[in-house]
Amino acid sequence: MARSWQNPLRDERDKRLPRIAGPASLVIFGVTGDLARKKLMPAIYDLANRGLLPPGFALIGFARRDWADQDFGEIVHDAVAEHARTPFRESVWQRLAEGIRFVPGSFDDNEAFQRLAKTVTELDDERGTGGNHAFYLSVPPGAFPVVTQQLAKAGLTGGDGWRRVVVEKPFGHDLKSACELNAIVNSVFAEESVFRIDHYLGKETVQNILALRFANQLFEPIWNANYVDHVQITMAEDIGLGGRAGYYDGIGAARDVIQNHLLQLLAFTAMEEPLSFEPSQLRAEKVKVLRATSPVEPFDETTARGQYGGGWQGGAKVPGLLQEEGFAPDSTTETYAAVTLAVQNRRWAGVPFYLRSGKRLGRRVTEVAVVFKRAPHLPFDSTATEELGQNALVIRVQPDEGVTMRFGSKVPGTTMEVRDVTMDFGYGHAFTESSPEAYERLILDVLLGEPSLFPGNDEVELSWQILDPVLEHWAAKGAPETYPPGSWGPPSADAVLARTGRSWRRP
Amino acid sequence: MIIDLPSTTTSQVNSKLVELRERGGAVALGRVLTLVIVADDGAGLEHAIEAANAASREHPSRIIVAARGSRTAAARIDGQIRIGGDAGASEVIVLRLYGPLAGQGKSAVIPLLLPDAPIVTWWPGAGPAVPADDPLGAIAQRRITDSAAARNPVRTVRARAKNYVPGDTDLAWTRLTNWRAQLVAALDVPPFEPVTGATVTGEADSPSTELLAGWLAAYLRVPVKRVTTTTAEGIVAVSLQRPSGDIELHRPDGKVGTLTQPGQPARRIALQRRSVSEALIEELRRLDPDEVYERALRGLSLLRTKSKVISA
Ligand SMILES: NC(=O)c1ccc[n+]([C@@H]2O[C@H](COP(=O)([O-])OP(=O)(O)OC[C@H]3O[C@@H](n4cnc5c(N)ncnc54)[C@H](OP(=O)(O)O)[C@@H]3O)[C@@H](O)[C@H]2O)c1
Repeated sequence: MARSWQNPLRDERDKRLPRIAGPASLVIFGVTGDLARKKLMPAIYDLANRGLLPPGFALIGFARRDWADQDFGEIVHDAVAEHARTPFRESVWQRLAEGIRFVPGSFDDNEAFQRLAKTVTELDDERGTGGNHAFYLSVPPGAFPVVTQQLAKAGLTGGDGWRRVVVEKPFGHDLKSACELNAIVNSVFAEESVFRIDHYLGKETVQNILALRFANQLFEPIWNANYVDHVQITMAEDIGLGGRAGYYDGIGAARDVIQNHLLQLLAFTAMEEPLSFEPSQLRAEKVKVLRATSPVEPFDETTARGQYGGGWQGGAKVPGLLQEEGFAPDSTTETYAAVTLAVQNRRWAGVPFYLRSGKRLGRRVTEVAVVFKRAPHLPFDSTATEELGQNALVIRVQPDEGVTMRFGSKVPGTTMEVRDVTMDFGYGHAFTESSPEAYERLILDVLLGEPSLFPGNDEVELSWQILDPVLEHWAAKGAPETYPPGSWGPPSADAVLARTGRSWRRP
Repeated sequence: MIIDLPSTTTSQVNSKLVELRERGGAVALGRVLTLVIVADDGAGLEHAIEAANAASREHPSRIIVAARGSRTAAARIDGQIRIGGDAGASEVIVLRLYGPLAGQGKSAVIPLLLPDAPIVTWWPGAGPAVPADDPLGAIAQRRITDSAAARNPVRTVRARAKNYVPGDTDLAWTRLTNWRAQLVAALDVPPFEPVTGATVTGEADSPSTELLAGWLAAYLRVPVKRVTTTTAEGIVAVSLQRPSGDIELHRPDGKVGTLTQPGQPARRIALQRRSVSEALIEELRRLDPDEVYERALRGLSLLRTKSKVISA
């Protein structure tokens, strides 16, 4: 935008105006995949339905299928009908459909990328996309090098307007591979044009951690080692890995979840107050806290690793991991991982951060629990406070987004007896159409060029640096411990906390 | 669940609420505000409650409906409490006020307000001339009227300009957010040229069209022509004149707009009219004074009177 131009209709006080992306197109690689069908294409429709996409927006699919534009249009239509969150409106769909194109080809086909380049140029004329194009790589990471190289070769990475690339996790499988991957992507796209999706960061509650911490006077004074005993960050799923062997075997829970989502949650929870909410300031604080974070040894006692066995879960008989189709019968991939981390700075010295994630656990839940120290003195009979636990503040990320506080309260009656109670706050219902889904928010941010909610390559590399020693230790250990489906993980996980007299919350 | 409390008092309603809470834990969610709906008892009332229930999914609230019944009846309050599936993510308290009580909505509502939480008052029908002076408007941080529901919408919206108090807002203003967003975005891209004049076309009695014209006049500081038409409902077209050619946004059917700009392909934009609940959701998102609305109201006095009438 021209420096001197001041849009006379803009008024910073005008908070009603939605941020509509400027003219642009989105090219999706891997449109036949699960992610594209269930999340990306529905999110694009929902954005259109909310009026947040620019007029003339174009969606281009690229896949090794012999499809015409209309065929792809139908695929999008079906995905939208099945998975979109907002009601289907013919007029919105028609506008979106006008901008849908399809380019057939495989990743090693130079000609296909030439066709893609041509399609993109045509769209600039027909739809006025102004040379602004985002490339969404919804493909296995093994394909990143070839796709980015092909984009460069076909001249798609430069020109008028902006070019951005969106990549999905996993961002490597250890520090070395992550650096290589970053180098490959950065050789074609400058770092500020790379958007790494961590869909947790698109969730309202995660952003709300910042509001909770930095907009209130109530919490920040006690948000430190003087008052906090420890922090538990949990992401549990009740489903297994049936059908996901290709992606998951050899990766495991720590790489799949702890390296990205949970360490990002840790960063939001533990970071210092940023100077402002400028993307660069936010990142600077996240990087600082990740740099101060390291795993606590000895790993045999501070980490745990498990694999779900077969059995009954919630009324259904489920197979163990080793019986799931596609997994090697002697797979040592962990489906449960727990680690103990320390954040070495003044605020958090001596406060362990316990991170755990697993499949086939008791229920689906993601939360950050800040557990406080006991009151230093209790002026009650010892019998009065037997049932009093530690105060806790729990940020519920999903489902049922909100905040829970746990504290002691007198049990009604003539004796003084104090017991834990909880206080709940839920802001609206995350599953109604009115609150945008994480992918909607993130795709819109890509089109707007707003990088706050995307981890930078330094964050990715630091996260691997934290996790690598644990992964190496585990690699030498053989098979993980088996745990029954529907439980809260293997016994060794309980031992991780028990060694310091603590225990996991039942979320 | 719907609980009827015929011929009741507010303290009975209150104790029923407490009882429900203790017995069933019916109030599961934190409430962020109290929404007071003031309306005449009648057919439109349920629509308003439905819209508010839908909005409560994003803004969990206690909804208190002060429904004015017959003034000639004997003084009486018929109460009703709705919770659970019948109330969205809210709890709804309907107070039907009869006889002299019909004019005493405030005394009935006050005991039922949530402690500390902000209060928003909404008149789904023809609201008072000066919302801030209305007893139920005076207790609210934010007062939502709907000029489109008044008998003479344009005269009403002009009166709003005269009587504006920070905290006032009007759904006729909310309904044009999407139009404004498109126009603002159109000026964000080249060529970056000053706008020299503007024309806004719409139904003669469309308050949103008036406000759109007022907003343009206030912010562009150029002559804005207001053209009336009978070809379609609501706002029909806006054009912004610039040296290299006009930006035009045209919505002939109430659904799809076409944006034309020199040097750019014509673009079609889904621009359907918004439902009341959508408008309400947007309204409840912010509770501070809307300075932009205020400026748009001031802009109404800058408008050139209707220059021509286009008819079908
Ligand atoms: N699904 C999720 O919830 C999820 C969550 C987080 C991250 N991710 C990441 O998101 C990306 C996509 O995930 P997904 O679940 O959608 O994977 P998927 O279902 O396996 O789909 C992969 C896509 O890549 C295409 N593809 C693979 N190799 C190709 C080649 N050589 N030439 C052309 N196309 C090729 C596939 O096309 P064909 O149909 O022609 O094989 C398919 O469309 C991956 O990076 C994954 O790690 C997914």
